[in-house]
Amino acid sequence: MSIVAGERTAAGIGRGRLGDSIVRPDGTAKVQGSFAFSGDLSAEHCLWGATLRSPHPSARILSIDVTPAWAIDGVEAIITAADVPGRLHYGLISQDQPVFASEFVRYVGEPIAAVAADHPETCRRALQAIIVEYEVLQPLTDPERALDGSHPPIHPDGNLIRHQRIVSGDPEATGDIVVEANYEIGMQDQAFLGLEAALAMPDPGGDGVDLYVATQWLHEDQKQIAACLGLPLDKVRLTLGGVGGAFGAREDISLQVHTCLLALRTSRPVRIQYSREESFLGHVHRHPARIWMRHHATTNGVLVKVEARMVFDGGAYASTSSAVLINGITHTQGPYKCLNAVVDGYAVRTNNLPCGAMRGFGVVQACFAHEGQMDRLAAACGIDPVELRLRNAMVIGDKLITGQVIQNVAPVERCIRETAALPLPTEPVGGHDHDPMRLPGGAGRTADAEHIRRGIGFAVSIKNLMYSEGFDDYATARCRLADGVVTLKFATSEVGQGFVTIAGQIARTVLGVDDVLLDPIDTGVGSAGSTSASRQTWMSGGAVNAACLKVRRLLFEHVAATHGVDAALLAIDGGDIVDPVGSFRVSVADVTHDISFDETVEYRHAPTEDLDENGQGNCHTAFAFVAHRAVVDVDPELGLVKVIQIATAQDVGRALNPLSVIGQIEGGVAQGLGLAVMEEIIMTNGRVRNPSFTDYLLPTFLDMPDVVVSLIEEPDPIAPLGAKGVGEPPTISSTPAIVAAIRDAIGKQIDRVPVRPTDIIF
Amino acid sequence: MTSTIEGSGPDLNEHYVLHVNGEFHDVVDAWVGESLLYVLRERLGMMGSKGACEQGECGSCSVMVEGELVCSCLVMAASVIGQPVVTIEGVAPKGVPSDVQRAFVDAGAVQCGFCTPGLIMATHALLERSPEPSEFEIREELSGNVCRCTGYGRIIEAVQRVSVSRAAGSRDVAGDAR
Repeated sequence: MSIVAGERTAAGIGRGRLGDSIVRPDGTAKVQGSFAFSGDLSAEHCLWGATLRSPHPSARILSIDVTPAWAIDGVEAIITAADVPGRLHYGLISQDQPVFASEFVRYVGEPIAAVAADHPETCRRALQAIIVEYEVLQPLTDPERALDGSHPPIHPDGNLIRHQRIVSGDPEATGDIVVEANYEIGMQDQAFLGLEAALAMPDPGGDGVDLYVATQWLHEDQKQIAACLGLPLDKVRLTLGGVGGAFGAREDISLQVHTCLLALRTSRPVRIQYSREESFLGHVHRHPARIWMRHHATTNGVLVKVEARMVFDGGAYASTSSAVLINGITHTQGPYKCLNAVVDGYAVRTNNLPCGAMRGFGVVQACFAHEGQMDRLAAACGIDPVELRLRNAMVIGDKLITGQVIQNVAPVERCIRETAALPLPTEPVGGHDHDPMRLPGGAGRTADAEHIRRGIGFAVSIKNLMYSEGFDDYATARCRLADGVVTLKFATSEVGQGFVTIAGQIARTVLGVDDVLLDPIDTGVGSAGSTSASRQTWMSGGAVNAACLKVRRLLFEHVAATHGVDAALLAIDGGDIVDPVGSFRVSVADVTHDISFDETVEYRHAPTEDLDENGQGNCHTAFAFVAHRAVVDVDPELGLVKVIQIATAQDVGRALNPLSVIGQIEGGVAQGLGLAVMEEIIMTNGRVRNPSFTDYLLPTFLDMPDVVVSLIEEPDPIAPLGAKGVGEPPTISSTPAIVAAIRDAIGKQIDRVPVRPTDIIF
Repeated sequence: MTSTIEGSGPDLNEHYVLHVNGEFHDVVDAWVGESLLYVLRERLGMMGSKGACEQGECGSCSVMVEGELVCSCLVMAASVIGQPVVTIEGVAPKGVPSDVQRAFVDAGAVQCGFCTPGLIMATHALLERSPEPSEFEIREELSGNVCRCTGYGRIIEAVQRVSVSRAAGSRDVAGDAR
């Protein structure tokens, strides 16, 4: 099926089954402003909390004097590391990050203390009054220096977070054509709009707490918070506060423990909301990376071997760096056949901002490099870049450089061909109306249209779906059916992606009901895992589907027993249970008038394996593929870029809600565009120079072009609903496609993102 | 920078009246430094306007003050005494979405929804000024509102739908943001 963006979809029409473009159940509340985001939550006698942060990227803390802050009217609590009753450190994979720094600070923005007070301004003044004495140390900011041993360890766990090597096939193999280059990827921020915010409500006795928080993974937060509070799990109950976007930045703990500690300390509700500057400092970012790649190929452009060295700057704490690294190196070859490989990957610790999850998770970095290489190879072989990619396109049965075999669905060639076949923009430089505002820069008369150069670029990617390396990855869902109404319960974080929409579609499809209610999203049911890794449609969708199927089986057995029909022959038809070969028909609502069903199911994907010392192993579960074509206009004199169009064909398995899928694709492309030409957290000697929306530039309406989309629907037989996750792929190869288009326009090699005006001019 | 008296908290002693969504609201025990956004949200309980950047870059806090679209994070609350303010809560009669609000839902223009109230305000303002904007005009006029989820395509679609249906005469009273 193909959808051209801009075509009207039948939103709101139809019965809301799988495949329908129904609208969001929370849509009306969101357009009316009544949807409660976590920052909108408050309570009687609620205090404001705020966090004191390090001004230094590396320093020894000599003393902390909080007494001047206590002199300020309205201050109710001041806490430091000495007030943490449980585990002093937290972290998703290794617990290496202090709740509050006590001996050393290791990045600008690291929390040192927190206060609770009656007004945000009181908090600000209290933080200003706390006196911290530092011995400032020389920060480690160059990731290469973290590797070469020339800087002493900045953390007891050392400066190397993880090294992994991949050796595949014949490491000595060579090709007639060899291309190599160094690539650099800047630090991107997720920049969700809904700032970090939480409300903590202490139990009357002070031995437990309810936390309302915008997060990607309630149960993982619960585990880490409870450990730091020194409380049993059941005394720390989490409810999802409305989430204003996530994109990876809410996978790690930020304000959760601090908010709970302040509430327990004051026996009053406490809310914390970060400022935008604090948000830039207070969550993990996309890893900046330096990647060297060398590709060997035949003179016909057929890949023989890839070699790579990747260095991911993890910043001060480990977060998910080790997993990001594995994603990066295991995607070195891209969606191309290649048997021979030698890859070394390093995730290192520095005094830069901590880095972790962001949409694309390591694959963004690898893809930027391998697609740069494919273009170099095309040029070296004298082959069209699209043709070169077709010659190497992976198919089912091909082996990755990890030894893992690609199974089931791999429409790489289709992605490439369908993308290349999508219509190119018809308007000339400056548009049909020759409006100078349409030229790069959008500021009016900055250049003559005839000086603007147009370029076209192409890129393709492969992305693993779900968690990898032997992680026990599961999702839980509960389905209750009574009076013809289904009530679903899950802890799946709805961050804007629309899981709440498709959950209802699944239940309606399986159980033939129209009315589906969603229980609050909280820790009152088993974990759903994280809303990340393009996994919730597959995982939580699989869990909702399985719970509904279990209820349906019990329903059919009940109907069979009470009506004397064969359960095995029953089916759902609209809102009825029918025997398709007979005349039996009874409505689901009537049957469930006096009986109810209630089932909870855990869904797991097939287990994965660790990598061995040569990087071999079935470490991933499944993959999705996508191609992007970018058309750009470049002003070579001012170094300005305007992206004119993005075309993309994406392997989605099955579009459960095409309108939602289009939304993910367009939104993902916007973030890919941001990395290509706009977005970078700029750090100098460990200090952030642009922690604001004035200085960190996000794509606006004027920066985003039309996105022309073709959905490739080849249902994956191992996916519970045939559907693959669609959130990450749009972000991955859109970036290198845009950069390829810029290179095409100006005839110059550019190997770093974001592309800056100076990269174009000089 | 705000001046700070060492060791003291903010003076919470301002009293004034704001005219919001057609009604008068008493603001009591307020600090003079509070923004309109803060007062709307924290003192009047109107949480629909959102803060995301605190410096007028993202448009999430957009409201109308005397018919002008403004970023309420940049306006001191005490500076709009006597000026009518319309927020997302006042854009349409309670419970009945405006044509713009309906179009945003139907076109898939909403994902996380954090930017949405500001964009609804900005779209009403745009269509008041220019009932049949070109796509380029929509992009220019709404470019002060940042959305991180959608990539803007479905939002443009929503705005165009309203423009077309209003031109066809199906405009409803609720679509008037005044």
